[in-house]
Amino acid sequence: MLTAKNLECIRGEHRLFSDVSFSVNPGELMFVGGPNGSGKTSLLRLLCGLSSPDGGEICWNGTNIRELDGEYRRTMTYLGHLGGIKDDLTAIENLRISCALADCEISEDQAMDALGQIGLGGREMLPAKVLSQGQRRRVALARLLVVRSRLWILDEPLTALDVAAVELIKRILEHSLSKGGMVVMTTHQEIVMTAAAVHHLTLS
Amino acid sequence: MIWWIIKRDLLLAMRRRSDVLTTLFFFIRVVSLFPLGVGPEASLLRVMASGVLWVAALLASMLSLGRIFSSDYADGTLEQMLLSPVSLPALVTGKTISHWLVTGVPLVLMAPVLGIQYDLPMEALKVLTLSLLLGTPVLSLIGAIGAALTLGLRGGGVLISILVLPLYIPVLIFGAGAVEASTAGMGSGAHFSILGAFLLVSIVFSPWATAASLRISMG
Repeated sequence: MLTAKNLECIRGEHRLFSDVSFSVNPGELMFVGGPNGSGKTSLLRLLCGLSSPDGGEICWNGTNIRELDGEYRRTMTYLGHLGGIKDDLTAIENLRISCALADCEISEDQAMDALGQIGLGGREMLPAKVLSQGQRRRVALARLLVVRSRLWILDEPLTALDVAAVELIKRILEHSLSKGGMVVMTTHQEIVMTAAAVHHLTLS
Repeated sequence: MIWWIIKRDLLLAMRRRSDVLTTLFFFIRVVSLFPLGVGPEASLLRVMASGVLWVAALLASMLSLGRIFSSDYADGTLEQMLLSPVSLPALVTGKTISHWLVTGVPLVLMAPVLGIQYDLPMEALKVLTLSLLLGTPVLSLIGAIGAALTLGLRGGGVLISILVLPLYIPVLIFGAGAVEASTAGMGSGAHFSILGAFLLVSIVFSPWATAASLRISMG
């Protein structure tokens, strides 16, 4: 269970948000909403431990994530809006390396399979620089099919995706949630989840 | 895991050969310019050789430092590395090793050929190559700290040189000194021992310092 208590984030002299508290239980999804610049990405970066909050604390199963360190990072997958896709590597190399970084090495066949599922069949061997924005996004999202982490923190995962891909991502999320996974995500295009507990957190 | 990072970086270097070649050609050009500038006086060139080759190696290695982390930073891979359950110092070690393989090793291999231009005797060429072999990994290891600290800053390239060059000085002194000592017939064992000590100390400390700097820069 992920809990945040009285989180506060200050950028320069500007207070992005303060007193943000919530908890995400197994099987739950939390949408983080709010206008541009309201601190959605900053909040997600706090949750995954890339930066430290200026106030409050974030706990995983009751222990501060700072203390858990590598153990927390093992249970979590973060997908930023940058995606971490290398232009000069092929889709399959990108996927295998990002999985290796998450300490979950996959074979070439598993990677092929995941890319096929995400709708990139036949394009596995193309360098990422010739892929479209949406296809690059799919390469990044293909990681969700192979990782075994329980908490997913996704920053705008649906940008540049077409309707079919959004539907696919929705199914992937539902599958993970039904197995007790947790998802925190920001998005501007609301997706309707069936059979999953959904929270909304709006930053203003 | 380190192996994955090294393999990836070497693959990227293969696909983007111009980055590797610019460093090497910079080194060759700088070293070749000196005989043209100071004239073909063999006794003068022999005296200057080790200093010129070492300074050129320092500058060439510095030229490539900005690239250690910048592309990973720009495309978000660095975020993933910071969030990896694998320890960050281990990942950083992998990146530094591949930086050395891509930029340091070509310099080491090229140095004896360039040394001939300076009329260096066989013995001095051997010492020069060996001193570069011990010294260039230290340059990569120290440079990685500077590269991590200046990550994402405007004008980071100039800042790296200001931060890192003073730390390169001891390596330069003992690296170039090894060749001079061997030419003077004093034996270069002491210089090699000190260079080796620099290497061991930087292998132990640099990955931690680089990892801490990355966390500061990305926080």
